[in-house]
Amino acid sequence: MNFDPQVFVDALTSEGYRNGALVAIGLTAVSQLTAVGIGLVLAVMRESSLAVLRAASWTYVWVFRAIPTLVQLLFFWNALPQLIPGLVRAEWYNAFVAAWIALSINEGAYMAEIVRGGLLSIDEGQRLAARALGMKPASVYRRVILPQLIRVIIPPTANEFITMLKITSLAAAISLGELLTYTQQSISTTFKFAEYYAAAAVWYLVIVSIFMAVQSQLERRFRWTSQGRRAGLIGGLTGLGGR
Amino acid sequence: MTFERPLLDHVEPPAAASSAPLLEAVGIHKRYGRNEVLRGITFAVRRGEVRAVLGPSGSGKSTMLRCLALLEPIDAGEVRLEGERLGVRSAAGKLGRLPERELARQRSDIGMVFQRFNLFPHMTALQNVMVGLTEVRRRPKAEARETAADMLARVGLADRATHFPSELSGGQQQRVAIARALVMNPKVMLFDEPTSALDPELVGEVLTVMEELAREGMTMIVVTHEVGFARSAASLVTMMDEGQIVEDAPPGEFFSHPRHERTRRFLEAVL
Repeated sequence: MNFDPQVFVDALTSEGYRNGALVAIGLTAVSQLTAVGIGLVLAVMRESSLAVLRAASWTYVWVFRAIPTLVQLLFFWNALPQLIPGLVRAEWYNAFVAAWIALSINEGAYMAEIVRGGLLSIDEGQRLAARALGMKPASVYRRVILPQLIRVIIPPTANEFITMLKITSLAAAISLGELLTYTQQSISTTFKFAEYYAAAAVWYLVIVSIFMAVQSQLERRFRWTSQGRRAGLIGGLTGLGGR
Repeated sequence: MTFERPLLDHVEPPAAASSAPLLEAVGIHKRYGRNEVLRGITFAVRRGEVRAVLGPSGSGKSTMLRCLALLEPIDAGEVRLEGERLGVRSAAGKLGRLPERELARQRSDIGMVFQRFNLFPHMTALQNVMVGLTEVRRRPKAEARETAADMLARVGLADRATHFPSELSGGQQQRVAIARALVMNPKVMLFDEPTSALDPELVGEVLTVMEELAREGMTMIVVTHEVGFARSAASLVTMMDEGQIVEDAPPGEFFSHPRHERTRRFLEAVL
């Protein structure tokens, strides 16, 4: 077998991989969080009594779910500066920002459907009871709908987070220095495929494990039993452990 | 269950026969599409009166309560509370439905208890009772917590304050729901089949609370299948069928000498 453990370990602990991982985590976090916000707005628009808002929301989901993510990434990095000339010289418009915008807009369409499903799952009696108490619409959403919504969308959203992490590797196509970019650069000079791919895989595993621990902590906070709220660190990290 | 302290802070004086109506329905019509669910409902409830509403399912009882609670817009007619017409405003000479924010203010004076409790599952019993005080009445948190804890104690659930709805029995959940409505100090309480979703052995504890409320002078409209409650606690019993009121009489008269054929058939079926 031709596998050099030293190359593997060196790659794993190299600064390039570490930076690449940080870029991947950062891009995932900002893009996914932005997408959750977009999804919330779109889902609420979809329930609006105004036909214009419903149509706008529907159209957004239709367009941005249909176009491949890679095409959207390339569009925002290569084509947008051509359409908006000011962007060419704008220093802030780097590959990270372009990827952030593209991935957020794309993922927002998926999150809109997840949030819509979550809203549909909340018993109509909840809104009714809140209104009967005399709560204004904003209070109904903030105090009654949102907490219940968050609970049901945590698992699918965690899924999307993990998918998003892997989609950030597409940003290698617009030369953003994330994990895959460094992997490919290292391989192109050394031709040691197995070692570098394995190192990248380990990094992805570690990052996803961190996401899973965060998910488990979040779910614990939304358990709604008088015993379920104590979130032990070990329990949180492993997803094991009782109450 | 015994009540060491009254459920209400202000025990209402018994209604004088001549007193003005507290809540009035005047010719209420309501339709869903082509289905006319309410076909001209007119009645009045005086302060301290308890009106039990009986009738077969689909007769429009629940819809009527939702219209009175301003949860559903009505197609024609009026709802009046202490003489003030609710749910509408006149703009440019035309009557229109009030915006939701204004409706919310008017709803806060009307307590509503639902068949399926509709407690907020992400809040403890105490938080369920508190949330109206903090969100609607804008009371400071500490004060609201104290008032809510006191109300929970009055319905006999002081030891369940930190429990979530999923950890309570149906009867306990419904008592929390009653406390949640009562703590707002409503002028009238509406009950929509409050015991229909309960196991038979849990019905009693909810009815006890409601009977105590009636005794203390709370004005109540109770849609129910509990004939016993209508007989013992109601001052008036109303029979609804096909979106109309077919009979309206004090319980003694209603149960012993029903005037309408429809009422007689209904009572034969349920008694």
